[in-house]
This record gives sequence, structure tokens and C-alpha cells, in this order.
Amino acid sequence: MKNSWIKDFPQLNNGLIYFDSAATSLKPQIVIDSINYYNHDLSTNIHRGMYKSAVKATELYEETREIVAKFINSNSTEIIYTRGTTSSLNLVAFSYGLNNLQKGDEIIVSELEHHSSFLPWQRVAKLTGATLKFVPLNKYGRITVEAFQSVITDKTKIVALTYISNVMGYMTPIEEIIKIAHKYKSIVIVDAAQAVQHKPIDVKKLDCDFLAFSGHKMLGPTGIGILYGKAELLKIMDPFEYGGDMNEEVNKDDSVWKPIPQKFEAGTMPIASVIALSKAIEYLQKIGLDNIHNYEMDVYQYAIRKLSQIDGITIYNKDSDTGIISFNLDNVPSHDAITFYAERDIALRAGQHCAKLICDWLGINSCLRASFYLYNTKSQIDEFIVATEEAVEYFKKLGF
Amino acid sequence: MSELDNLYREVIMDHYKSPRNKGLVESDKYKLFHIKNPSCGDDITIQTLVDGGIIKDCRQQGHGCSISMASASVLTEIMIGKTKEEALNTANSFLNMVANKEYDKTMDLEEANAFSGVKQFPARIKCASIAWVAFKNTLE
Repeated sequence: MKNSWIKDFPQLNNGLIYFDSAATSLKPQIVIDSINYYNHDLSTNIHRGMYKSAVKATELYEETREIVAKFINSNSTEIIYTRGTTSSLNLVAFSYGLNNLQKGDEIIVSELEHHSSFLPWQRVAKLTGATLKFVPLNKYGRITVEAFQSVITDKTKIVALTYISNVMGYMTPIEEIIKIAHKYKSIVIVDAAQAVQHKPIDVKKLDCDFLAFSGHKMLGPTGIGILYGKAELLKIMDPFEYGGDMNEEVNKDDSVWKPIPQKFEAGTMPIASVIALSKAIEYLQKIGLDNIHNYEMDVYQYAIRKLSQIDGITIYNKDSDTGIISFNLDNVPSHDAITFYAERDIALRAGQHCAKLICDWLGINSCLRASFYLYNTKSQIDEFIVATEEAVEYFKKLGF
Repeated sequence: MSELDNLYREVIMDHYKSPRNKGLVESDKYKLFHIKNPSCGDDITIQTLVDGGIIKDCRQQGHGCSISMASASVLTEIMIGKTKEEALNTANSFLNMVANKEYDKTMDLEEANAFSGVKQFPARIKCASIAWVAFKNTLE
């Protein structure tokens, strides 16, 4: 299968085999050009200047909001720019959660959560006296509707779950979970950091209350994330940060905030990254998310079939819903193994992947993760398989 | 010898497979320091007994990659018997060596010399250093 997308990614010019897209994706040239365009040709602030280049920057900044809104089928006033998924989820936890939870209320999370979808709620639970509850995972480590039903009660006020796990690659049956949660009058926050680049998302159809994702995992720049929130909720929430541009009227004794979404965007935002995010979305939409997902799953199936035949390794997710494989070489700590791959210019990730709870659940200290995206190929998988076979031999010979 | 073979030298594998001075003792006389690197899972505790300015005992406990485990084991073995000052100088030289910085090459680092290959792997400097940083803290 010929891959016509690789040429768009200058990071791959030196032959790097990049299997770490779940950490951050590579950036296509049109995204890089867009960042450069802002910095080189505009470099002005938004919502303030009355000169041409400032007006242009403001236009592009607000146009991007429309593009993001269309991308997930929301209204543009419901799209808030943040630093990334982590900032988005913290905003919800501290601006909504802290003010709306009290002792005895329950927050449902899972062991599949990335730390950014877990720690803000652990903290808010401690501050409010609310109780954290975990959806019991099934024997493969998946969240099921039945398991979710077993933990939700009339006391549940918050459900904060990952759409797709960054370690297991499993997709949560989030649409059904949201329906159930709403029957119990609970708010649902979806961590879509690993979903938005693989799967078309329609927030109206999902009916989620909040949804968070990052630009840099979907071919966009770092430093820009999105928080979608239902307007009726965003309107009643306090700002999370206070300062320039988010206020309408400032007085000594009291002040007035701008309407949503601006009341959540204090200070100078990462304008270049915002503008370039629109180019990443344009690029994804031109190819089509379904086409990208089908392609990467074809690469994943090929990889998992070949990897499963190697003796001396353990795979933790043989039925991932995205291109993520988590595995270990038996008896070889992941940081020893990863050095072997790095020597061959194969970029994997080793460690706990900011998701220690699922490592605990798996009973491991850490693991290797290979994550595939549209610029990966089967011939790269072949090289990865050879490297894995040789790594098993190499470490065995050393005495691991 | 490939760079990778230069990293995984026999001495290192020997200490990884047969760690020395492993296991902590329950005694108030020992100073203890624990370091955890949550991104990779390295978790090391070093325990040191100093008497009359001399390192009388040094113990280690933890889990992690072979480089971090072997380096903890080598550390304990070469530190026992040294004066506090010698021990600090040795630890500083080792930390500079693995980080590819200037260090006193006249100093005999004994078996810890086996970690000189680490400097070619910047991502592994932390693995080799963690026990030595913990050790320095036990002397404070």
C-alpha cells in the first residue's frame, strides 16, 4: 500500500520510524507554514489592535473557532481555547466541579483515565468531600455499559471518562453511558484526546456536557487545546483565569465578564497555534477521518498479527480499537528495551504513559507503547518486527 | 563493540542479576533517602550508616531498569569504607561522567567506570544517576 501522506511530514525526511503518535502527532507542512505565516507576517495581538494585521489575526483566530465548532458539530460560542486537554479538564473540574459538588456527591472515573482526567477530580473530591468511584473494568480492561450501570447512583453528579484509552486503545461505549448518566441527572465530561484524531465526533449526537482534546495529537501545534461545553453550563460557570480580554467592565468593587467563550480566555492566547489548528483540521477533513482510521487499523492489524507470533513478549491489548499496542519484552524493563529501538531510529514510548492506574491494574511497573497514525506503513512494521525479534534475542543473551 | 554493548557491560549485568547490599535494615542510625521517577517507574531507596566520618554500611532497595538497579548496587559496594568526603567526591565524579560533563579523571571510580557508556545515551543518564543522587542526600 503506497502512502501518499508521508511526504507532507518533513519530520520523516531522515527515515525516522515514528510510532509515538499517541504522545504527540507529527505536523504536516501546511500546519508549519501556518504558524510561520502568523509569526512572520502578522505577529499581532487579537481583539485589541485596530490596524490591518491585527484585524487579520483576529479574523483567523475567530474563523478557527468556527472550523473547530463544525468539526465536532457544536456552536462556536461553546468552543473554548485552552493550553491542551489537561487545561480543559482542569477548567471543568475547578470551575464547574468545585462549585457544584458537596459532601456525599459521587464522581465516577475509571482506571483507564489519563492522569489529566483523574487527578483534577481526585483533588476536587478531596476539597468538596465528594466520593470518587471507579467503573470496574472487565477482564480485558474495558469499560462496559453494564459495569457503568453498577456504579451510578442518584448521588452521582459527575462522570469523567476517557473516550479512547491512551494505553489500551479501547473505545468507551460513551454514547450509551451518557444516556444513562443523564437519566441520573449527572454531568458527563469526555476526555477525547485520543479519539478526535481517529473518529468523527458529533457532540450534539453524543449529548456530552463537556468534551476536551488537544491540537498536538491531531496534527496541530502544541499549546492549543479545546474545551467544548454546553452553553447553558458554560454560562453559569465562573471564569477559571482572570485578566486581560476576558472582562467587559472593570471597577474597584466589582467587575463584569465577557460572554462565553471569551470569559474563559484571559490574557494573550497562543494565537499562532490556534490559527494553525484550523489547517490541521482542514488536512484531516480533506483525507477524511474514516479513511485515516481504516488505514491505521490496517497497519495495526498487520502489526498485531506479526507481533503475536514472537515468543518472549507480552501484549496487553490484542484487540485495540485504535492503532495502539502496549507490550513488554518478557523480563526486560521497558526503559532497557526502548533504548534498543531508539538505536534503530524507531520511536516508541516506555513508561507509565501518565496512566499509572491502568499499569497497576495490569500488574506492571511500566510498558512499551507503539502507536500508529496515517504516516506509518507496513514496511515500517516489518522493520519494527525484526527489531523486536532481535531485541528479544539481544536481551536474552545478556541474561535478562 | 556497538554503543549498546558499551552500555550493557558485563559488570552492569552482573550487578543487575546479583545485586549487592540489597534490602533495607531497620535502624535509626541509618540515613535513608527515597527517589521515584514516575515517568519510567524507577523507584530507589538508599540507606547509609556513617560512623566517625566513615561510610560503614550502604544499602539499596527498589525496582526499575537494569541501569538504575545495577548502578545502585555498584554504588553501595564502592562507597562502604570511604570517608564522607571521598564518598561525595566519588559521587560527584560519577554523576559528571555519566552526564558527559568534565570530571576528575584521576579519581578511581572502580567498577562504576563501567557506566561510562551511559553518556552516549542521554535518555538513560537519569537511570544511572538516581541512586547516586539519593546517596548524596543521605549524607546531608
